[in-house]
Amino acid sequence: MHSLLTFPKGGVHPPESKAHTASLAIERMPAPDELEIILGQHIGSPCSPMVKKRDVVTEGAVIGDVAKGLGAPLHSPVAGTVKDIGLSAHPLRGKAPSITITVDHAAAPASYQPHPWQGLSAADLLAKVRDAGVVGIGGAGFPTHVKLKPPVDAKIDTLLLNGAECEPYITADHRQMLEHPGEIIEGAKIILKILGIHTCRIGIENNKPDAILAMTDAAQAGSTADDSLSVRGLQVKYPQGSEKQLIQALVGRKVPSMALPSAVGVVVQNVSTALAIYEAVALNKPLCGKVITISGGGVARPANLLVKVGTRIGDIVRRLGGVKPELAKIVMGGPMMGFAVSSLDVPVTKTTSSVLFLTAEEIDSRPHSQCIRCGWCLDACPMGLEPKEIGLYVEANRAGDTAQFGVFDCFECGSCAYVCPAKRPLVQFVRLAKMKAKR
Amino acid sequence: MWTVAACLMPPLILSVFVFGVQTLIITAVSVVSCVAVEAISQKLLGKPITIKDGSAALTGVLLAFVIPPGVSWLLPVLGAVMAIYIGKHLLGGLGYNIFNPALLGRAFLLATFPVAMTSAWLPPLKNLAIFSRLGPAADAITAATPLAVLKAQGMAGFLETFGSGSSLYATFFVGWRPGCIGETSGLLLLLGGLYLMYRGYISWHIPVSVLGTIAALSWIFGGKALCAGDPLLAVLSGGAILGAVYMANDYVTSPTNKISQLLYGVGIGALTVLIRLKGGYPEGICYAILLMNPLSSVLDGWFKPKRFALPMEGDQ
Repeated sequence: MHSLLTFPKGGVHPPESKAHTASLAIERMPAPDELEIILGQHIGSPCSPMVKKRDVVTEGAVIGDVAKGLGAPLHSPVAGTVKDIGLSAHPLRGKAPSITITVDHAAAPASYQPHPWQGLSAADLLAKVRDAGVVGIGGAGFPTHVKLKPPVDAKIDTLLLNGAECEPYITADHRQMLEHPGEIIEGAKIILKILGIHTCRIGIENNKPDAILAMTDAAQAGSTADDSLSVRGLQVKYPQGSEKQLIQALVGRKVPSMALPSAVGVVVQNVSTALAIYEAVALNKPLCGKVITISGGGVARPANLLVKVGTRIGDIVRRLGGVKPELAKIVMGGPMMGFAVSSLDVPVTKTTSSVLFLTAEEIDSRPHSQCIRCGWCLDACPMGLEPKEIGLYVEANRAGDTAQFGVFDCFECGSCAYVCPAKRPLVQFVRLAKMKAKR
Repeated sequence: MWTVAACLMPPLILSVFVFGVQTLIITAVSVVSCVAVEAISQKLLGKPITIKDGSAALTGVLLAFVIPPGVSWLLPVLGAVMAIYIGKHLLGGLGYNIFNPALLGRAFLLATFPVAMTSAWLPPLKNLAIFSRLGPAADAITAATPLAVLKAQGMAGFLETFGSGSSLYATFFVGWRPGCIGETSGLLLLLGGLYLMYRGYISWHIPVSVLGTIAALSWIFGGKALCAGDPLLAVLSGGAILGAVYMANDYVTSPTNKISQLLYGVGIGALTVLIRLKGGYPEGICYAILLMNPLSSVLDGWFKPKRFALPMEGDQ
């Protein structure tokens, strides 16, 4: 057993709260009566609808695509009829363009059979990844086919799979690694072939020893004379799953400020994205389902659910027996980086990792006060920034002058706000600063 | 804040046994005054009243701790006005004040009541008669502090007054000596500081650099010849430990970067020894901290935390 790896600077240890769902097998939720599929599910240009109102669509049919620019197509997760092309509730944008599909419950579900992919060229594999609409489902939703085609001058030598899952509560990747380790490794081998490299390292936080074991077995079984795949245990420390911190922990390289991982010869994919790549390439199955963790003290029954993209939170709540009276706040995503939602009409997207129903005890709603310059945020920041200065500048209406504090290096992990004794909304200050400051 | 205040309770209780119940009264007057002045200041300035955060109460305890035990009860009231209204709220309020409010209060009292502040000392009680001296000290029972004796009469006079040998260090370490209300017990102050470090509220950088510098410089320059001073006595006498652990470490007025904190501590230690050996006052840590306070943000401007990674060459 190797020693546990981690990144050296900053980081925090919030309560893990994963026990609610870590032992629950992934449960397939049947499609509700209606799905709302948001057109902008990835970084880049949002999709344009490829269907019209009242069109009949089959499961897996392309319903949206991006003509030019960064993007990935959208598929119908079900057979049904296009009810409307309009606006849906969105946790960040308020309202966002979407396609609403009425589900045809009588239609037979599509079946996907594995095909050999080893004979396909790298370009063909890449095209399959794009056609299946695969995006980085661990976080930002960066179109995966773009990430798998690094700049020609970048000398990529290592693929890293991110199984850290460092956000509290979330166990979706954990369950995927336990239940589909072989498919994830197969996905990793597809990525290796696309990139033309032979080394893959998988980082998993040590609070998931069963996943480390399952993935280690699968990685050994999947390694060949050419391809070397291995699993490394990581210390439990937030934000271990951040791309730059994971790269530093696993291969000891530092991605420069404002640069991509390809600058240090690395491509990082989430384990669940690797699984989606396997399904896209070997099963010809588009990405239109998502495993999400439903947890927190405010929901009747916590679960790891495989839902259709476009399922509304309200439908999920109904399936799980409703919410409890103690519910105080609904958060989409993890408690550290997620967003509060104000409506049960918000639909799940490809990048949704969890929906948390938190009680008053699970959140901190005390009012914030002035910065007392304790400096705890400096110790917590994994990027070596000064969150307190950014906050003070924003409060003094000088948000435009915050680039000197490296505000664009901040990936908004929230470690500073987590340790702040004055409960200052430092992440919100940073977001404001990023809007006003010049790169 | 409340945790820090709680850590100051053992030295306060000890002071009752050393100097009498008078110390409790002065501390209570100081705390009540500080909290009242905070509430009135915030009311006058049209700001939300935040006395529940414990900040003013803590200042009250610290202010009482740096006052001699035999002073009039009026002094902590005036000190509280200076510390909280002028030192804290007129200089920007919590988080923005440049100087440590409690020390600003002490500096103000030292300037306005120089006789009381430098002579109202009480000798330690011998028979636990803690109720024997209520009210301001009568002239007859005043006693000089170790550093004052050292300054006025030299080492010979010091040894004559306080005795010598290892029992001297032990007595001083426990706190059985004349001095300000809360400064005497190095033992209890350090235990409180260690607890705060264990809880992660403070780091070791400032206390260690302050005390280390005081010890080193007192050893080098404090004796008749070079390197003949008594570093242990220098740390145990006066307010070195109280200042290093509870005053210099004040979040608002000290630097946040670790390198800045070390330099800040060295600066405080050096100024303290300079004032003790060459200045007009027997003890210098109060002014040393007040002089270094405004340099905190300057030091933080010089020493930035190490960024994760800098832009690539040619990138802007």
